[in-house]
Formats: sequence, structure tokens, C-alpha cells
Amino acid sequence: MISFVLIRLLRAVLTVLLVMTFAFFVLRLSGDPALIMLGPDAPTEAVAAFRAAWGLDDPLWRQYLSYLHGIVTLDFGVSMRDRSPALDLVLERIPATLALTIPALILKVAIGIPAGVYAALHRQSIADRGVILLSVMGFTLPSFVLGLLLVLVFAVQLGWFPSGGQDSWRHAVLPVLTLSIGGIGILARFSRSAMIEVLGQPYIRTALAKGVSWRDVVWKHALPNASVPIVTIIGFMIGSLVAGAVVVESIFSWPGVGRLLIVSVANRDLAVVQAILMVIAATMVLANLCVDIAYGLLDPRLRARTTAA
Amino acid sequence: MTLVRIRDLRVAFDGVPVLHGINLDISAGETVGLVGESGCGKSVTWLAALGLLPAKARITGTVETAGSDLVSGGRSVLETIRGGRIAMIFQDPSSALNPVRRVGQQIAEALRLHRGLRGAAARAEAISLLDRVGIPDAARRLDLYPHEFSGGQCQRVMIAMALAGQPDLLIADEPTTALDATIQAQILALLTEVQRETGMAMVFISHDLGAVGAVCDRVAVMYAGRIVEEARREPLFAAPRHPYTRGLFDAIPRLDGPRSRLVPIPGTVPDPKNTPAGCAFSPRCARATSLCASERPTLLPQSDGRALACFHPVPAATLVSREGVFA
Repeated sequence: MISFVLIRLLRAVLTVLLVMTFAFFVLRLSGDPALIMLGPDAPTEAVAAFRAAWGLDDPLWRQYLSYLHGIVTLDFGVSMRDRSPALDLVLERIPATLALTIPALILKVAIGIPAGVYAALHRQSIADRGVILLSVMGFTLPSFVLGLLLVLVFAVQLGWFPSGGQDSWRHAVLPVLTLSIGGIGILARFSRSAMIEVLGQPYIRTALAKGVSWRDVVWKHALPNASVPIVTIIGFMIGSLVAGAVVVESIFSWPGVGRLLIVSVANRDLAVVQAILMVIAATMVLANLCVDIAYGLLDPRLRARTTAA
Repeated sequence: MTLVRIRDLRVAFDGVPVLHGINLDISAGETVGLVGESGCGKSVTWLAALGLLPAKARITGTVETAGSDLVSGGRSVLETIRGGRIAMIFQDPSSALNPVRRVGQQIAEALRLHRGLRGAAARAEAISLLDRVGIPDAARRLDLYPHEFSGGQCQRVMIAMALAGQPDLLIADEPTTALDATIQAQILALLTEVQRETGMAMVFISHDLGAVGAVCDRVAVMYAGRIVEEARREPLFAAPRHPYTRGLFDAIPRLDGPRSRLVPIPGTVPDPKNTPAGCAFSPRCARATSLCASERPTLLPQSDGRALACFHPVPAATLVSREGVFA
């Protein structure tokens, strides 16, 4: 188990480095920060001074090496806009984002999984059809449409909740709903199909033939087997806790990491964008690592395979 | 003493009948073979009796045991009978065990349900059961998962789990079909040995006449959802009277005696949605007449003690000894 975790950890670090390398070159290809920061009409001397000050005239390999050094020492430089350390800018925005994404994740799990399992246990019933219909609607509606729809109904028409800002818990209601509805639909569908698949397996019949009550068959025999695909989906959701709210934060003017990302990309504020990407990559990789470990705990067959690999 | 009395058991899936009224008694301690091609209803009979068919199956008739009817009794009656009075083992042992629970836990669950054993007592009994069915190093292997056992060992674990409830009747649904020949023989030997020790009755469902001949006292041959011939083992193997039973014997290669050509039964099993009006076997039967195509023969007791559903059975005189199929 320890060597399994170590191998995964090593792979995780490698993945983050690859992502950051990719980000470095794409950002260098996507336009000159000096021109965007100073405007197209800026005097040539000002542009040249800016480029020299930020090391943009150095050969690409030297820029890349100092960038890698920065990553390893967690020093991403300072923001080109307000000169404060890039990583601090990002980290201070994280709580605001998590204040939306964590409640949304709890809602997804708490509603999606029970709904899917209930539908699987009452297959072909009205409740089952209802769950399928609602979950399709939930995950096919893009969040920018859903968000605007919720604003229209609950903020503009009914006036129950504010349409933007971050002053009280009431401001969080609509963004959290927007974030969670799609995930509830996805989890409900996956839980339903995983349970239906498992309930058709021979070992379920064995458990029944042994005299196990239906309730125990569902809880002790079916659910543990159905949990592997469900955990995969939850892993994706945990991975996007930091990066998953870009659109929703913009709609509801919520000052989180997502909004910072949009503003920084638009301004080619390289240091900040790189710091955000680093944080996003790290959470995703960490979430994947957790999922891998969870697999091993949930399914002894996977444990055997991954330690051998 | 009759353990289980099945009367007019019928099963239909989505309105398509697959079992057309089975009558079968199982007495204490005896071994009954149920033989037939895939889809003839031999497994469905017992899955229906124990309520293990999917919800879309419509089941009528009665299955009486211990003074209650399993068909009308509902979940609570079934849960006390399953695993306790009647246990069942299945065809593919590797997928019949829960992959994410240790085999010891799975055996202990049956011990808790039927004998109230928990903790150390359950563990000790599980070890002795695994030992009993021939799993070496049982104390250590109790904590392994099913994927760490071979197919034959999984079937041994299944048998240990079935024995945990001290059943009066064990339904063995093709218990050796998925295993290789040498392992098949070992599992058959284990089943007969366990049966001799415990005195439990057994229903042995198989399409392998050799295996049936090795373990069974009485044999019922099924075709297209009906029993077509039922007899004690010796008279049935010495002189199969139903043309279908005869056909099954003719399709077995013989290890002794001169080389002879195998005679397969022509055609295929009828589609349950579209069974012939008369005898279901008549389209494949060399002895069929126009009567067979229009009228259905009923299963009637014969003078020699067997029951037979055929208008034109194979005459008793033309038969040869078939000791060769006893394995």
C-alpha cells in the first residue's frame, strides 16, 4: 500500500510539472503582455522598459528555467497589475470559491446518490422515470443558461434572493443551486446505472439465496460494489472544487478564483494565471490520487492490480 | 417424508410461459437429478420456488415446505427458508461470490442468519466449514477475497456457505458446468460425501448425464418447460423410454466398446413464444405421428414405476445396457 501511494505521488508531481510546462508555452504564444498591459498606443520605450523589467527579453529557455525554479519554491513572482505576490492573490480568493463549491458538492452527493439508488430499486416506476427526466434536464442545461434562468425567476421576478454579490448567505443560494443541479443529475444517473448493473450480478442472487434480507442485500452487498463508479464521478467533482465555478462566479459577480482567472487572462497577467493554473492542477491531481486510494480500499481486485503495476 | 412438494408450478416472463406446470416431490435425504438442454426450465423451477427470479416473472402454483407455501408466502417466509431449510449453489462460482467481501465474512453472514453465531464463534465455525470442504490452510484463507481463489475453490466456498445454514435440501444448479473435468469430479465427490455425512437431500440440476448418473437416486428429464420422463436412476439409465431421453443418451460418446457414430438430436429447442400445439418435442422426434403434432401427452405413471409423457415411447425390448455412462 505504501509503495502504491508513493508511485501515485510521483506520478502526480510529474503530471503537475507537465501541466505547468504546457501552460508556460501556451501563455508565451498567446500574445505580448507588454502590449496588452500598456495598450497598443504605448510608446516604444515604455514597452521596451516593461519587457526588460519582467524579463520578457530573456531567451525562452532561461525564462522557462526561472519559471520552473519558481514553481519548485512556490514563488510565482508578483502580479503585473498590482505588484502583490501572485500566489497570495490566488490563495486569498480560494475561501470565497470553496464557499460555493463545497456546499454544492454536498448537495450533489446528498441528493444525487439517494435519488439514483432509489430509482434503481424501483425500476420502471413513476419515481424512476421522474429521476431520469430531471437528471437529463439537470445535466444538459449549461450553467450559464441555468444561472440566468434562476436569476430571472428568483431574483428578478420573485425577489427572494439577490442576483449577485457576496454579502450574506442569501447571496450564495443561487450560485450554489446553479453549481449543484448539473452534478445532482450526473450522480443520480451514474448511481442508478451502477446499482442496476450490480443488482443483476450473480452474487446478489447468492446473497438472497443465503437468506439475507433485501435491505441487507442492498446495503451490504449491492452498494459497496456500486460505489466504485460513483466514487470516480465524485473524484472529478472534488478535482473541480477550485476551478469549477468560473462561469458561475462571473454570472453572480462572486469574487472567487474563477473571476480572478478571467480578469488575469484578459490582462495577460502571466504570474497570476500561472499561479491559478498551479493551484488548479494541484487540486485535480490530488483528487485523482484520493480516488485511486479509494478504489484500492473499495475493491480488493483493484488493489491487487495497482500494487502489481 | 416429503421435504418439498411442488404442484402445478408455472412461470411466465412478460406473458411468455416458460414453465408449464411442474409437479415434483423431494423426500428427505434423496438426490434428484433434473436433466435437460439449456432453457428447458430446470433452473427456473428452483429459482421460482425460492423467489429468486426477476420481478417481471409471473409465478403460479404451490411450493410447499415446512407447512408454508413459498409462492404465496412473500418475503418473510422466503427469507426463513432460503439458506436455512433450502440452500442453493450456482453455475459460475467465481461470479457467485461477492467480490468485495472476504470469503470468511460471507460464510459468517450465513452462520449469523441461520445459527445465530457471531464473532469468534462464527469465525471458528467458518474455518471448520472451509476445512470440511477441502480448502487447505483454512484459517488463513478465511480473510482472502474470492478473486484469490480458483473456480473450483470458489465452488467449495459456495458449498461451505450453503452448509453453514445446515439445510435439509441443497439445490445444486449446474455446480460443475463452469469447471474443468478433473475439478468437476472432485466437486461431485465432495457433494456426495457431504450429503452422506449430513443426510441432506439434494437436487442436482445438470445437462451432464454422466454426472447425474454418478450422484442421483432419481432423475426427472425436462423438455421445453415440462417433465417428460421421471424414474429411478437404474431403470432410466438402463431403458430410457421417452424419445428425448433416448436422444440425450445417444448423443453421449462412449468410452468403452467399439467406436460408433454419435447420434445428435436434430433441430433445436422450440422458442417459448411459439411452442408446437401438441408434444413440444414432436418436430424433432423420429417417432412422432400426426397425433403428437395435435395432442399433448400428459405425464402418466407407468407399470414399471416411472412416469412418462409420450404417445409412442421407445419400446422396452430394443434397449441395450448403458453402464458405460456411469462415470
